[in-house]
Amino acid sequence: MKQQWIHAGNAWCALLTLVVLLSPGLVRADENAPGRLMARQATMTSHAPITADHSKFEELKFDPVEQRSFKGPEVTRACLGCHNQASIQFHKTIHWTWRDPISDPERKIGKGGLTVNNFCVAVPSNETRCTSCHAGYGWKDKDFDFNNPETVDCLVCHEQTGEYDKFPTMAGYPAPWIEDPENPGRQLGKEFSSGKVFYAPNWSEVAQSVGRPDRTNCGTCHFYGGGGDAVKHGDLDSSLSNPDKHLDVHMGDKDSGGQEFACIRCHTTKAHDIAGRIYSNPAVMERKSLVENDLQPKIMCESCHTDSPHAAQKMNDHTDRVACQSCHIPTFARVKPTKMWWDWSKAGDKDREPVLDENGKPDYVKKKGEFVWAKDVVPEYHWFNGAMTTTTAEDRIDPTAEVLLQWPIGGRNDPNSRIMPFKVHRGKTPYDPVNNTMALPHLFPTGKDDTTAYWKNFDWRKSLEHGMSYAGVPFSGEYDFVETAFAYPTTHMVAPKDNVVQCEECHSRNGRLANLAGFYMPGRDRVQAIDYLGWAGVAGSVIAVFIHGLLRMLARTRREG
Amino acid sequence: MTQLNMKRIYLYSKFERFWHWVQAVLITLLLVTGFEVHGVYTLFGFERTVDLHATFGISWVILYVFIAFWLVTTGEWKQYIPTTKRLLEVMRYYAFGIFRGQPHPVQKKREAKHNPLQRLTYLGLASVLIPIMLGTGLVYYYYNELTMNDLGLVANLHVAGAFLILMFYVVHVYMTTTGHSLTAHIQAMFTGWEEVEDESQVEDWERADKVDNVTSP
Repeated sequence: MKQQWIHAGNAWCALLTLVVLLSPGLVRADENAPGRLMARQATMTSHAPITADHSKFEELKFDPVEQRSFKGPEVTRACLGCHNQASIQFHKTIHWTWRDPISDPERKIGKGGLTVNNFCVAVPSNETRCTSCHAGYGWKDKDFDFNNPETVDCLVCHEQTGEYDKFPTMAGYPAPWIEDPENPGRQLGKEFSSGKVFYAPNWSEVAQSVGRPDRTNCGTCHFYGGGGDAVKHGDLDSSLSNPDKHLDVHMGDKDSGGQEFACIRCHTTKAHDIAGRIYSNPAVMERKSLVENDLQPKIMCESCHTDSPHAAQKMNDHTDRVACQSCHIPTFARVKPTKMWWDWSKAGDKDREPVLDENGKPDYVKKKGEFVWAKDVVPEYHWFNGAMTTTTAEDRIDPTAEVLLQWPIGGRNDPNSRIMPFKVHRGKTPYDPVNNTMALPHLFPTGKDDTTAYWKNFDWRKSLEHGMSYAGVPFSGEYDFVETAFAYPTTHMVAPKDNVVQCEECHSRNGRLANLAGFYMPGRDRVQAIDYLGWAGVAGSVIAVFIHGLLRMLARTRREG
Repeated sequence: MTQLNMKRIYLYSKFERFWHWVQAVLITLLLVTGFEVHGVYTLFGFERTVDLHATFGISWVILYVFIAFWLVTTGEWKQYIPTTKRLLEVMRYYAFGIFRGQPHPVQKKREAKHNPLQRLTYLGLASVLIPIMLGTGLVYYYYNELTMNDLGLVANLHVAGAFLILMFYVVHVYMTTTGHSLTAHIQAMFTGWEEVEDESQVEDWERADKVDNVTSP
């Protein structure tokens, strides 16, 4: 029974007992909303306790001098000594293959395939830079051996010292030990072009620290996608390493009222396979709560909160068509600015000086082109059934319109689709105007004698020719830049209930959902004819009675006068 | 206006007055909240106004059931049997006679409290417009449970009906001033007693067959 019946019933009882009391029915029981209670129950038990103290294992006590020559696989070998299934499991996951495990392999979907984005475009021929985010060691070109168990990087996900860094341009390896000539036994460090100095890890220390991944482990890569902190996703950046409840109710620290969830609390993991959306594949095929299926991943809001989480029934009426995120994530990039526009066609101008925006972010980098950054961004809203389109370098594109490189799939008439918030990153990206395909640039120089890398030679034609031939994709030799859009579902940075999107932000003329057509939404939609006729009728009635009354008054004055 | 002998007659029983005024309050609140839902202005905020609108609307549904029951069991429904007899005279009165101080062509009587124009209006209201509003309102409210594909038709009907109710509301309130004094009709709706000119007899065509069940003072 909906609560307005109860309110109305109360009101009538009150009326009938001659107490004039029309309950407005606004007493909210949010604190005990069904969805909160369900979620609290679902997350009451913590992970099984860890039964091994890795700092006690002799296998992980490396000789302090000997370990200076370590590159990484030495530690993995030690891990595999006990965890002998770990690499076998990990090799099957997308974190290792960078390939979509479900779609047709012929389409080569994935970073390890030919998928194109409008950030740094694509991995092939740029491996040494890009694979600093690969959970492995040594993927420097297409000859990398994906079957070697010892090149899995266990540490990047499991170490807990926070002092394990992969060098940005060394194909996944941390910086090597370089002895400081002035301080023997001390490291000199290896400087990256940004100025940051990287040091070889203390392998014993990091290996002995291992545990379940926390937010910082996942964030090592996922917070820095697109070449820097907060660049890519908008809802994932280093502010989520130590957020308060205001930034994310689930990950926020306990002191601020949050739950201190690690990523894997929702991205539940089985045998190193981490739950989540992978390219076109939804995170889960069916939205069910744990009450309905307790073995499913906890990746959906409904998993713990159910599909009727609100105390107010009218709110629950939304959940079949509106994703929870649409109301509960009012804006993304709330702490750190994210990139919204990236125009590669402007790159290469050695005379242009970058201008810093109000957040201190540069609008220009010679190597990369022109940027627009934004903070606290209102998302775009689209119908979404959990799947996304993906564009590879082999797909034909239509350059006469904005090319939707990655775009939500779904629609108003698809019962599995809901309205979902997205960060849409737009820009101008190189393409082949003869073949009508996206073009893959060779950006990162493989060495001092690299004559084609854009970031060394600033020659698009050479860069694209090398990139395309390296990837084995036909290239006409012609290039131009096309407007592209790349959408990311906005799903992190869930705000406290007091900060949710207010009803009228969508239920209004030019609200957040103004672009979604094909259905009637109260407060937004109207039939103009009804409104015009209606107001004309009302105005006519008012004028008519006014004139009638006036005439009565005049007539009466005349009669009596 | 010629001063005739006035007599007081008891026209509106307690329950009739009760439902009239509760309905008046509910309609007022429903118009105010409903047009806010429609996006005409901001008053309570969308969430609150939707909640209020639904509560008032359901209150009206409950009230309407009681009104219908009362009309049927008391036989008062016969007051609403439509007629065209003297309809033109009534219209002519409001168009012309009223300005000349002429008496109303159809006097209110216990057995016939509504003139032919009122009968038509109230019958249309009670049997067509209000059921449409309550019906579309309930469908609107139970949209999800009814697993409908689109709200458009129901919502637009509901909006169109709301305009008609608002038009009625304006005219109805104005018409209360057309008694022998400006507030005579309104007073009658509070007290139940209406002052009417003591002259004509109730004619047969106007007489409701049986109004015995109506509570007498």
